[in-house]
Amino acid sequence: MSKSENPTKKMRYINPYLGGVLLGIVLLAANFISGRGLGASGAAKSTIVATVNTVAPGHAENTAFFKEYNESHPEGPMKAWLVFQMLGVIVGAFISGAVFNRLKFKVEHSPKITSRRRIIFAVIGGILFGFGSQLGRGCTSGSALSGMAVMSLGGFISMAFIFGTAFVLAWFFRKNWI
Amino acid sequence: MGPLIVNEIISQNTNFFLAFIIGIGFGFVLESSGFSSSRKLAGMFYGYDTVVLKVFFTAAIVAMLGMLFMSLFNWIDLDLVYINPTYLWSTIIGGAIMGAGFITGGFCPGTSFCAASIGKIDAMFFIGGMFLGVFLFAEAYPLLEDFYKGSFKGIPTLSEAMGLKDGIVVLGIIVAALGMFWVGEWAEKKFPQKEY
Repeated sequence: MSKSENPTKKMRYINPYLGGVLLGIVLLAANFISGRGLGASGAAKSTIVATVNTVAPGHAENTAFFKEYNESHPEGPMKAWLVFQMLGVIVGAFISGAVFNRLKFKVEHSPKITSRRRIIFAVIGGILFGFGSQLGRGCTSGSALSGMAVMSLGGFISMAFIFGTAFVLAWFFRKNWI
Repeated sequence: MGPLIVNEIISQNTNFFLAFIIGIGFGFVLESSGFSSSRKLAGMFYGYDTVVLKVFFTAAIVAMLGMLFMSLFNWIDLDLVYINPTYLWSTIIGGAIMGAGFITGGFCPGTSFCAASIGKIDAMFFIGGMFLGVFLFAEAYPLLEDFYKGSFKGIPTLSEAMGLKDGIVVLGIIVAALGMFWVGEWAEKKFPQKEY
């Protein structure tokens, strides 16, 4: 194949409107089959609860957050719809990366900043997103997109404040991206 | 007929298996649309790449319309579908914190898993941070519980809140989205950036 002759040539991304239609169909399927939307941060919560249950069971029994979660999930934190869905996401993204020739270990960052700076900001962003998604009861997928699909008022508020805040703060972080 | 699980047409284990299949579709679409690149995601906020806007709102419109039509044809009972409840202030502050995370980290939770899956090391660090953030919330929960559970507004839809019919509101959202797509296409030409 031409891959070996021209290693820098990458397959392009699909048309965004086509991607949107396909994503909408996946979201419809989730609602039709399972009566719920897509999500992501919920699986992170399950993982944290499962980890604390295993590593520090005493702490899990004495802390309100873990106690509430375990009481409402008697079959265990990992036997959750979102956990299975996120495992699928990892597989699906990997298949797409393989099909379109994008599998590669790298730190993606603007040429104006170092890898180190990119990683520090990625960790900070992750902490904020993890915390915010718990306070806001879901992230961009579970609260904003899936919430909007079922016309939830909370979903629209979530969408407005996630994207609105990022727009407002964009100027301060412009060096990282442009 | 739908939702299949609520109407006990499929078993709980089948539901989990189908969650996995749905996840494969979700991950494949996100990655192939370019959501595994923080540069493309952040482009939304500087105008050089508005793929997030286009994919996100196209998906929302397709899903909204699909739900309305499936309900009209009696294929799905909307009363049995999970609708996100509205807790006003925790959604606003949580959303603002997530927005700050988006512009600093360049990912959201779902996209970070896609990116990590194809080898983006920055995404793996984002995921590490995200786990830490969830853990911090869990530890701070006693302090936050009143705020988290406060300002509960029930489970209203946008159309109920506005006092309009679903179809009218969806039509309004479609028109608004088409306007935003036009602005997005314009912005990409106005603020081009080299790929890296």
